[in-house]
Amino acid sequence: MSGPNDPYDPKEVAALSAESLADAVRTAEKAFAEASDLDSLGALRPIHLGDRAPVRLAKREIGALPPKARADAGRRVNEALAGVQRAFDERKAALQAERESRVLREEAVDVTLPGGRRPVGARHPVTTGAEFIEDVFVAMGYEVAEGPEVETEWFNFDALNFQRDHPARGMHDTLFLDPPENGVLLRTHTSPVQLRALLSRPLPVYVVAPGRTYRDDPYDATHLPVFSQVEGLAVDRGITMAHLRGTLDRLAEELFGDGARTRLRPHYFPFTEPSAEVDLWHPNAKGGAKWVEWGGCGMVHPNVLRAAGIDPDEYSGFAFGMGIDRSIMVRNGVADLREFAEGDVRFTRHFGLEA
Amino acid sequence: MRVPLSWLVELVPQLADRPATEVADLLTRAGVEVDEIVGADITGPLVVGIVREIEELTEFKKPIRYCQVDVGGDKPQGIVCGATNFAVDDHVVVSLPGAVLPGGFEIAARKTYGHVSNGMICSARELGLGEDHGGIMVLPADTEAGADAITLLGLNDPVLVTEPTPDRGYQLSARGIARELAALLDVAYTDPADLELGYESEPAATADISIEIEDPTGCDRFVARVIRGFDPTASSPLWMQRRLAAAGMRPISLAVDVANYVMLALGQPMHTYDLAKLTSPITVRRAREGETLRTLDDVVRELDEDDLLITDGSGIQGLAGVMGGEVSEVSDSTTDLLLEAAHFTPQVVSRSVRRHALLSEAGRRFERGVDPALPPAAIELASQLLVEYGGGVAEKSAVDAGSPKLPGALPVGPAAIGRLIGVSYPVDVVRHRLHQVGCTVSEGDGLLDVVPPPWRPDLRELADFAEEVARLEGYDLIPTTLPLAPAGRGLTARQRHRRAVSRALAHGGYVETPSASFHSVEALDRLGVPADDPRRRLVKVANPLSSEQGYLRSTLLPGLLATLGRNIGHGLPDVAVFELGAVFAEPESPRPAAPLLDPVHRPGADDLSRLDAALPVQREHAAIAAAGAAESAGWWGPGRPVSWSDAIDAARLIASSVGLAVTVRSDSLAPWHPGRCARLLVGQTTIGHAGELHPAVCEALGLPKRSVAAEVDLAAVLDAATEDLSAPRISTFPPASQDVALVVPDSTPAADVEAALRAGAGELLEAVTLFDVYTGDQVGAGRKSLAYSLRFRAPDRTLNAEEANAARDAAVAEAGRRTGAELRSA
Repeated sequence: MSGPNDPYDPKEVAALSAESLADAVRTAEKAFAEASDLDSLGALRPIHLGDRAPVRLAKREIGALPPKARADAGRRVNEALAGVQRAFDERKAALQAERESRVLREEAVDVTLPGGRRPVGARHPVTTGAEFIEDVFVAMGYEVAEGPEVETEWFNFDALNFQRDHPARGMHDTLFLDPPENGVLLRTHTSPVQLRALLSRPLPVYVVAPGRTYRDDPYDATHLPVFSQVEGLAVDRGITMAHLRGTLDRLAEELFGDGARTRLRPHYFPFTEPSAEVDLWHPNAKGGAKWVEWGGCGMVHPNVLRAAGIDPDEYSGFAFGMGIDRSIMVRNGVADLREFAEGDVRFTRHFGLEA
Repeated sequence: MRVPLSWLVELVPQLADRPATEVADLLTRAGVEVDEIVGADITGPLVVGIVREIEELTEFKKPIRYCQVDVGGDKPQGIVCGATNFAVDDHVVVSLPGAVLPGGFEIAARKTYGHVSNGMICSARELGLGEDHGGIMVLPADTEAGADAITLLGLNDPVLVTEPTPDRGYQLSARGIARELAALLDVAYTDPADLELGYESEPAATADISIEIEDPTGCDRFVARVIRGFDPTASSPLWMQRRLAAAGMRPISLAVDVANYVMLALGQPMHTYDLAKLTSPITVRRAREGETLRTLDDVVRELDEDDLLITDGSGIQGLAGVMGGEVSEVSDSTTDLLLEAAHFTPQVVSRSVRRHALLSEAGRRFERGVDPALPPAAIELASQLLVEYGGGVAEKSAVDAGSPKLPGALPVGPAAIGRLIGVSYPVDVVRHRLHQVGCTVSEGDGLLDVVPPPWRPDLRELADFAEEVARLEGYDLIPTTLPLAPAGRGLTARQRHRRAVSRALAHGGYVETPSASFHSVEALDRLGVPADDPRRRLVKVANPLSSEQGYLRSTLLPGLLATLGRNIGHGLPDVAVFELGAVFAEPESPRPAAPLLDPVHRPGADDLSRLDAALPVQREHAAIAAAGAAESAGWWGPGRPVSWSDAIDAARLIASSVGLAVTVRSDSLAPWHPGRCARLLVGQTTIGHAGELHPAVCEALGLPKRSVAAEVDLAAVLDAATEDLSAPRISTFPPASQDVALVVPDSTPAADVEAALRAGAGELLEAVTLFDVYTGDQVGAGRKSLAYSLRFRAPDRTLNAEEANAARDAAVAEAGRRTGAELRSA
């Protein structure tokens, strides 16, 4: 073993020769390249980079060199060491990449397997339809008004200008609570909400009121004794029938798509004058665009305004109402109104959460 | 009303050559709904035949005739007929081979009853001329054999079936419909009621009869005229029979037919009495207690003191405006007639119609309003027809009693009409259109003075006149604009919260299935609801849709559970449904009747609260029901059956969707399993129940075992919902977690233990999670071990072990104090 002051003996430091260093690097590179996996590569590390590795051993000999030769030898050794290290790292990275891609390949699954572990819920189209209509009107500044399903005759008929003993009351096949002479009934339309809104809100009043309504009707493909209506009411100074037409057209367009519009046919409702039935031009109807009956409307009858304490000479208003179930039936091509009431989950599910 | 097109053409000649569909469209646009167009579906040869010989065939079970009928050819045709209401020389309608009668009934020569029948002798019904199948149709003697019966009978004349709205009684007449058409075509109109009267009017009596109106509010006009020497065997002319048949009325006799015809023509219901059976005076009065009347439909009716009657010296002759009585009915020997044309108050007639459930053509018109100026013209027209076709002499004077109130002038501002409709109609247009509907219009002080015609009691104020102008000008001409509503405040918090609940349940896997709002008492029995349960305070429907729907629902569960069962029955075993809807209950103290309020004025606060006091309790509820798998089995492994805890979780979902936390206590309530029923509270308020259904209920309803349900008082949830406007402070310091296992008796609710842990742990506690429940030998019988993970964190520092341990010990100590929980030794 040479000490610091030993004289330089080139024979003893052959390990530091350029040839032997290059040879060590080549040997290491070859060994690494032949390692087929990370484990065998790992086993080569002590041999070529460990304390007893040829390059490391060569490095120890530097001290035996004369001082002027040390710097040069040190540089060569370091280069060789870096070369071995680089070869190791490159091989390791390559083997790692190879292993990762294999593992990922092996972990591949069939992503087309079906889902549905947790069942999907849905909301009824009458609910979402009502919300849709509410939102159309709320966007125009209306508010959503509500009223009870069981009503007094006063709200359902009297205040809406249905004269007592007038056949107009017979147009509605009313379900009464027992005893009938108490004047309490299941509302036959959402129109009583007109009065509730006018009596509880400051003028002007712009409201939309969806809700459940009841008639002593047969239960068949085109009638439901329990159904849903939406009422619209605007009472303000200067409200005209042109506003009514414009509003109905807007709702038609929102619900039934571009090109939908409405047509008014003169009709009679005790609580509006003039009155009209609303026909809808349904551009996307199954089997081609066509007119379908949609609802009723008119200018609020002066007597209705009076019943709410509003001066009909100062204020005017319009009102309209239509079936929500019926609107969805028309929009979505539902063949039979009973689908809305049967409660088959397949029907509701079709409409999803926000239909 | 059913009216032949040819009749309308007669009144409005400009309608000639227009197809029925076009006329129907015109009417529809003006607000007269045309339900259908019938008729004109018959093809010839259909001819007049004269019966020359009748051979009675007696060998069959029923009488059969073999007739020789002259149909205008060289020799009579042999025709077999089963009717017997005709004689030799009668003129009849014969459909010859090749004819097609209504309903696609093809006529061919065929052998029947031993003879070849070369056609058929027709009844009115077979020709589509009404429902009269009493026998074959006998034509007047002035018809010619072989003449085309299709033209003769107007069988090529389409009939419009119209459905006038209840405010327009005048449209229940050819006169009224023709007026609409004339206005729509904008052509002149000649009123068929515009007749010169051939008699003098006396206010109370003539030599023959006197009229007393005792009740002028019920009857404000009564016109009566006598016709003597009338031929009771005279039959109505064919054209009249045709119009009656088209209207669905059976021709009976000239006297009856004329009354009906005048009603169809002008809209004035009439009545014809056998004068010989009347004892003057005729009195119009209300019924007295205990009086009865046998009406023409052969029903004895107990009269109400509100019923208006036509009476004479001998008794009651008819229910005014509704139906006559049998006593004075004209018969086939009546030669002296009394004609009545009166005006009765709509409300009075309407009440009688409904009280006696007596629908009649007269009642239908009177309750909608009949022109009070019309009776004299109706009497005139009827007299003319009776005299012309039945002979006899109409008396020169008639009684015209009473004084109807005719409408006066109303000021109408054309500009105001424009402001309501949104179209500036020129004054001339307004004047013209009002004139067309029968108004008398004159210039007033800046406004028009408009006198509505007496047949339009519905024209009372500006809006009514505006409608007339707008509909005749056309609703299509009104522009479309949107009103400028003031900025609204959007949905209320309650409305937003309701939507949140609905969405949360749907996201939670529940499918919304609304059910009807009714159920029966038995539905509650099947749920095992006890007698004293508030859900038994059912609200009864007076006229229910069916016996199964006799009451308003007091709970959503019967409907929802039925829906659940129906879906399972449809082969969908894993079902989870929900409903948001109103439930109803009688209040504890009986509801008063609703007050009768004058609708002309705004009701006061007192009145409004009296109205609302008449209503039952109405509350919004939310409910879920589920059966089958909560999570389905699949390639991922086994599924998970729905359990009581899913129902409670659904209630938690409802509450949490509006920012509320639910406290759960064990309870026992129908229809739930007594050991698997949770009472749900928000704060101290019970908001509902959830859990597994009672096995007996599943059995009774045919539901799978262990089906679950929850019902929540949604109104209470929405009342309690608050929007927390504070923000949390999120600490970023590391947490300190501590696990504890506590042993408690089996009966101790986990919720109590957790509440105690929370209370004891103090502010450093961030979360408590129950991660295991263990029962078994290691903890002893009747006890369970609850393993909790407590996560502590401080807002401002990293907790050290001593702090976390102290908080844990405090939590355990509190649990021990409240529930007797013991720390489980390892």
